[in-house]
Parts: sequence; structure tokens; C-alpha cells
Amino acid sequence: MKAKIHVTLKNGVLDPQGKAVGHALESLGFDGVADVRQGKYIEIDLEASSEADAKERVDAMCRQLLANTVIENYDIEIEA
Amino acid sequence: MKSAVIVFPGSNRERDMMMALEAAGANPVEIWHRETELPPVDLIVIPGGFSYGDYLRAGCMAGHSPIIGEVKKRAEEGVHVLGVCNGFQVLTETGLLPGALMRNANLKFICKDVHLRVENNETPFLSGYEAGSIMTVPVAHHDGNYFADETSLDALEGEGRVAVRYCAPDGEVSDAHNPNGSQRNIAGIYNKRGTILGMMPHPEDAVEVLFGGLGGKPLFDGLAGALGEAA
Repeated sequence: MKAKIHVTLKNGVLDPQGKAVGHALESLGFDGVADVRQGKYIEIDLEASSEADAKERVDAMCRQLLANTVIENYDIEIEA
Repeated sequence: MKSAVIVFPGSNRERDMMMALEAAGANPVEIWHRETELPPVDLIVIPGGFSYGDYLRAGCMAGHSPIIGEVKKRAEEGVHVLGVCNGFQVLTETGLLPGALMRNANLKFICKDVHLRVENNETPFLSGYEAGSIMTVPVAHHDGNYFADETSLDALEGEGRVAVRYCAPDGEVSDAHNPNGSQRNIAGIYNKRGTILGMMPHPEDAVEVLFGGLGGKPLFDGLAGALGEAA
């Protein structure tokens, strides 16, 4: 199975990199960019007995290593 | 008194730290991160650098190194722990200290001297300074922007756990003298018991007149004095 994980900064946590990217887009002439938030995308191939099993294990991986839950949220998608 | 300096792949301030501890009489030994046990020591130091190339997040991978289990165990027993720069990042990643250190607000690597106001000197770490005094030491980091939610920040302040704050040469704390965007100008914090200090600036790089002053020397002398007496 494949797990697709998005790690993003929590609302209210300042994202200076996202802001800089936003400014760069503006200076390139892209109008209407209200806000940019930058995050991480992680893919994991894993063996699991079911989607629920995979999700549970990846959730533990996110909590213990892949995301810092002080500042980040994560979102998991499992593909069979 | 004895101390241990933990070395990870990518640490680069361990020698500066060893010299500063040695000069203060803290008898340091270097411990490789693959070790799972520590000798009997009164102080554990996690030095600066870029452990594991800052992969995933600064301090994250080091926070899961084999030696960290032993560091946590000793910390729980009350052994003093000092984390500087990357060491501070490791301490927040392991949960030994609250909050997180994010990319500097101006996105730049900052390497310069800063002034720090000593907010709480009632621990062995800062006993060598007067409360409210100013120490001048360098910072050298890309991810030193201290973040914690408002509730945690209020708790830190209320419990006297803000150790040092970035300030002007005269001690005024303002945005103009906040190099990296840290919440409430926080440069260093303690754990609840005051036995763990994490700070972004480098006191170990200000212990020789020839190398930029003596701003960090009282930290090591005070620490060695306090812990040496207790030992």
C-alpha cells in the first residue's frame, strides 16, 4: 500500500517561507494570490493487512517523527 | 564535576563546547550518539551544528538517536542538561522543552553578536550573572525563531522559565532587537524544574578575549561552580 502524507503548518503559525513565495509570485506578475502556505509531502510504501491498519501505523509515524505537532498538522491518504 | 558532550553526525560546535567546559573545570568527555549509556556525569550538553543535515526538521533526527533515551532518563533523574543552538532544537524535538524552533522570520542565516537579558538567574546555568544583566554572545542559525502557543508562552513567563531574551545593548526588549522573529524575544528557556536550559545563542563562543569577548564565560564558570559544589 502507499501512504501519501501532507504535513502543513497549523493556522496561526507564521510561515515566512510561504510569505516569500507569495511575494515572488506577485513580483512575477501573478495577480490575486491572497496567501501561500508551504508544507511537505511524504510518500511511504508499506505492507499492511488493511487500509485501516496502514492508516493507524502511518498516523503513529506522523505523531512520533514525520510531523511536529507543536507547529504542524498532517493529513494521510492511503492507496491500496 | 564531570560533563558529557553528545556528538551527532553534523554536530560542529562540540570542540568549542569542550574547550569552554574544560576551561571552567567541568571535565567534559565526548559521547558518540550511537552509545546507549552515559558515564556518571553532572551535566549533559547537546552542542550546536547541523545534526543529520537538519533533515525533516532541525534537531528531529538527532532527537531519535540511540543516546537520547539515556539523556531523557538522566534528565528525569535531575541531571542538568544544556542544549545550545541545534542542541536547543533537539531538546524541543524530544519534548524535554516545550515549543519549536522555526525558520528565521527574515529567512536568512544569521551570524552575529546579540545581546541577551538575563531574566532568571536562579538556576546553576545562569548563576554567574546578575538578574537583569546583559550578556553579549554570538548567534549562528537559520532556524532560531522560537514558537509556542500563547497559553504555553504565558505559562513559561508565569513560571519564570524564560531564561534569556534578545534585547538592545541597554537591555530594552523590542522587535528591533529580535534577530529571528522569536515569540516574545525568547532566546532561551528552562524546563519546569530549572534543570534543563535550551538556548539558541552560543555562550561557548564567547569565553576568550581573542575570540570575541567573555560574554559566555560566567555561564560555564557559574555552572561548574554550582554543580561542582553539589557533586
